[in-house]
Amino acid sequence: MAAQRAARTNIEADNPSSPVLQFGPDKPLKLDAGTLLSPFQVAYQTYGTLNDARSNAILVCHALTGDQHVANTNPVTGKPGWWEVLIGPGKIIDTNRFFVICANVIGGCLGSTGPASTNPATGKPYGLDLPIITIRDMVRAQLMLVDHFGIEKLFCVVGGSMGGMQVLEWAASHSERVFSALPIATGARHSSQNIAFHEVGRQAVMADPDWHGGKYLDFGRRPEKGLAVARMAAHITYLSEAALHRKFGRNLQDREALTFGFDADFQIESYLRHQGMTFVDRFDANSYLYLTRAMDYFDLAADHGGRLADAFAGTKTRFCLVSFTSDWLFPTGESRSVVHALNAAGASVSFVEIETDRGHDAFLLDEPELFAAINGFIASAARARGLSL
Amino acid sequence: MSVNRAQRVDLDVVADLIPPNSRVLDVGSGDGVLLELLQETRQVDGRGMELSQRGVNECVARGLSVIQGDADKDLGFYPDKGFDFVVLSQTLQATRNPKLVLDELLRIGNRAIVSFPNFGHWRVRFSLLIKGRMPVTKDLPYSWYDTPNIHFCTIRDFVNLCEELGATVEKATALDANGQKIGLSMPWWFWNFFGQQAVFLLRR
Repeated sequence: MAAQRAARTNIEADNPSSPVLQFGPDKPLKLDAGTLLSPFQVAYQTYGTLNDARSNAILVCHALTGDQHVANTNPVTGKPGWWEVLIGPGKIIDTNRFFVICANVIGGCLGSTGPASTNPATGKPYGLDLPIITIRDMVRAQLMLVDHFGIEKLFCVVGGSMGGMQVLEWAASHSERVFSALPIATGARHSSQNIAFHEVGRQAVMADPDWHGGKYLDFGRRPEKGLAVARMAAHITYLSEAALHRKFGRNLQDREALTFGFDADFQIESYLRHQGMTFVDRFDANSYLYLTRAMDYFDLAADHGGRLADAFAGTKTRFCLVSFTSDWLFPTGESRSVVHALNAAGASVSFVEIETDRGHDAFLLDEPELFAAINGFIASAARARGLSL
Repeated sequence: MSVNRAQRVDLDVVADLIPPNSRVLDVGSGDGVLLELLQETRQVDGRGMELSQRGVNECVARGLSVIQGDADKDLGFYPDKGFDFVVLSQTLQATRNPKLVLDELLRIGNRAIVSFPNFGHWRVRFSLLIKGRMPVTKDLPYSWYDTPNIHFCTIRDFVNLCEELGATVEKATALDANGQKIGLSMPWWFWNFFGQQAVFLLRR
């Protein structure tokens, strides 16, 4: 089963189950690394119908280990889409009203060009030959997709975590294309602590002998142990101490007493091992390196002369930011500094901090207060945009 | 919100000072009742700042553009003259540094509108003078030990503060206990005695 899923991930990299938009040599992707990526492709999903005025499109940006399957059954895992609690017919983001687009990011592994994709120059997977990808590069590729649909202005760009970084990048670099922006549980830069955790993950991948200097697919291998450890470490950062303790405490896993060994005695150990194991079946290790790097490199203020407010100068986009009290990966202060920058830029901004002990991952969960805020923001933005209710 | 909601007769007076389509910042926007009124009746481009997270979340859920923030700390992030009007309704007395807050309002807005409960009202004076107790009235329902209102002033005090800050009083209205406007021809002492609330339109 796991092997089947892993094989499936490899297939998805070149020939995804999603629609794919291919960009030939005439339309290269300009990368921040200073090179051109060409040819390249973007795999995406859409839901709902684009209206005649092309004014009802919502772009959803996925997080580090997310994908384009936001509101349909995931072809690799067979699980529901990662934001089906929020998006679908009659849901808060109602696909009966809105045309929802979600694209796999460049550097990802579910069909948009990434390190597991075949390099046309060699006929082998790119591996580390793929240039470093940035959040800005991801957004440039999304812009080309949005152009393809003939959408002049997105009604809303929404996303959490790395998805939220893309939302901020959209609003900063293409504000005239964004009517409203909804960045959740994110920040305008990756903190030193965040970079530190990512580095631990990357080192774990690279320390696995099966990584083969990034060429593991050529050897028919995958650095599963390293990637699993990376996922385990990262997963802790997505939860809160309180939630972990509530859920697992010091409970033992299927046993009455400590075994005086290194088995998974505790439920939390067993849980993390499971998280690590299932992750490697659905994700490419090199993609993990590239996407964590993209987040580390993100610093919106630095891109604008060191002053975050300048990133949003003159913006007409309506913003709503959301943070969670127990999120220590992107604590409220990160959102608040974006809010202050938006205030300084005279932007229209709402900011909601939601009381929860579910940590960073709260944005993916059924959080009534989050949904109420999103609902209120989308409804008022729709009125302002003249979209019928 | 620091004052009993049923007593918010000042809101209509505030709204009457604001022309349609103005850019308005409501500092201490509470549950958004004023912003909603202004948006519905005057189509303003309205923003709010509110201290309590519950108030903010309610406002955003109702489609208002509101952030969590502290008037004492967070006004500094707004640019000079970014708004036509900055409103501080029934909040001045709850700030730690009313003088600084008022100064910021005059910097951020072309006009500032400030409403506050008048501590010079006869009921307040009566309570102190005769009963020897800190006043607890319908519109000031808190006891001295649990009140968020830490900087009460009278209408006369406020006029003095405006002078100190170089602010011009463009318009002032006092409301009596029934929420009725007190006649314009009355002298300050009369307002200060019978005005339960006051609304000032200021500029600098």
